Amino acid sequence: MAGRVVTITSGKGGVGKTTLTANLGAALAMRGQRVVVIDADVGLRNLDVMLGLENRIVYDLVDVIEGRCRLRQGLVRHKQLPELYLLPAAQTRDKSAVQPEDMVRICDELRGDHDVVLIDSPAGIEQGFRYAMEPADEIIIVTNPEVSAARDADRVIGLIEAEEKGPARLVINRLEPSMVSKGHMLGVADVVELLAIDLIGVVPEDSNALIAANRGQPLALSNNRSRAGHAFHNIAGRLLGEEVDFQPLRQPRVFERLLRFVSPERS
Amino acid sequence: MGFLDRLFSRQEPPSGRVAKDRLRLVLTQDRAGISPALLETLKDEIITVISRHLDVDVQCVQVSVTQSGRESSLVADIPLRHRQGVREG
Repeated sequence: MAGRVVTITSGKGGVGKTTLTANLGAALAMRGQRVVVIDADVGLRNLDVMLGLENRIVYDLVDVIEGRCRLRQGLVRHKQLPELYLLPAAQTRDKSAVQPEDMVRICDELRGDHDVVLIDSPAGIEQGFRYAMEPADEIIIVTNPEVSAARDADRVIGLIEAEEKGPARLVINRLEPSMVSKGHMLGVADVVELLAIDLIGVVPEDSNALIAANRGQPLALSNNRSRAGHAFHNIAGRLLGEEVDFQPLRQPRVFERLLRFVSPERS
Repeated sequence: MGFLDRLFSRQEPPSGRVAKDRLRLVLTQDRAGISPALLETLKDEIITVISRHLDVDVQCVQVSVTQSGRESSLVADIPLRHRQGVREG
């Protein structure tokens, strides 16, 4: 069966596309899927760092496109997950080095040997967004519960509809349940109502995400599953068609807070 | 925010609500490409056209964009003045 291509995009930068791509890649690979994650942010490479693979890169996306290496040589295997591969972005080139047809060709080749290809789209709605979108069978739009991020997400949803791509589903990232319950943050229902798009996941704000990024170890990989790590696994399950309930996001209890205070990595 | 302010509910609405209202407005404008200024122009021109045929209560006319899912509709609410029991022609 041919693999599926899922593009992760957002419009606005800094909402957590790369974090989601790394964690979703890890969570899917942990479920036995053969996964390739492609860093499509040519010139601003970051997915390698999130996955802790920055020292293993030999070739990159543009090397593959321009024929300096074969596709297989460009793939970097993850240290712990043998079924997770990264195709890194070029760091010293810009987005004009990639055409939409290049991405289609690469993804078509990857579909044969892999179950899921995740594309980490660059921010914005320009050329990088266009080539990241071209090969997509499915799209995940990441937003934060903020006016600016949700507005940009809506713009992207509009473009996807106009191009008749999709289906597109929404991830609300960095939600703070305590802020929502105080009335100081847009809630899940607010964002879903206004953007009028299906939800595939909600990731709570979690300081463990920064610790994981510092170490180059995706949260989803950790044995002590953090709240965010748990949410990434739920999204992976839904992507594979599992029925995973949307649990109500509660505030951590005092005891858990204390535990996290004592040992931030165990939550 | 002091206790008395809270008691007499003089505080501002929670910022999450403000965010939702602002987001709703901005999305409505972005999706349909209708600015508040264009809405005013439309309102004036609609009044002009309708007034040629009917007696419009100009002060109460409302023209707005509403959303249903991702679809936008332009909605004009145009109250008419009743004739004062005098039948013409």
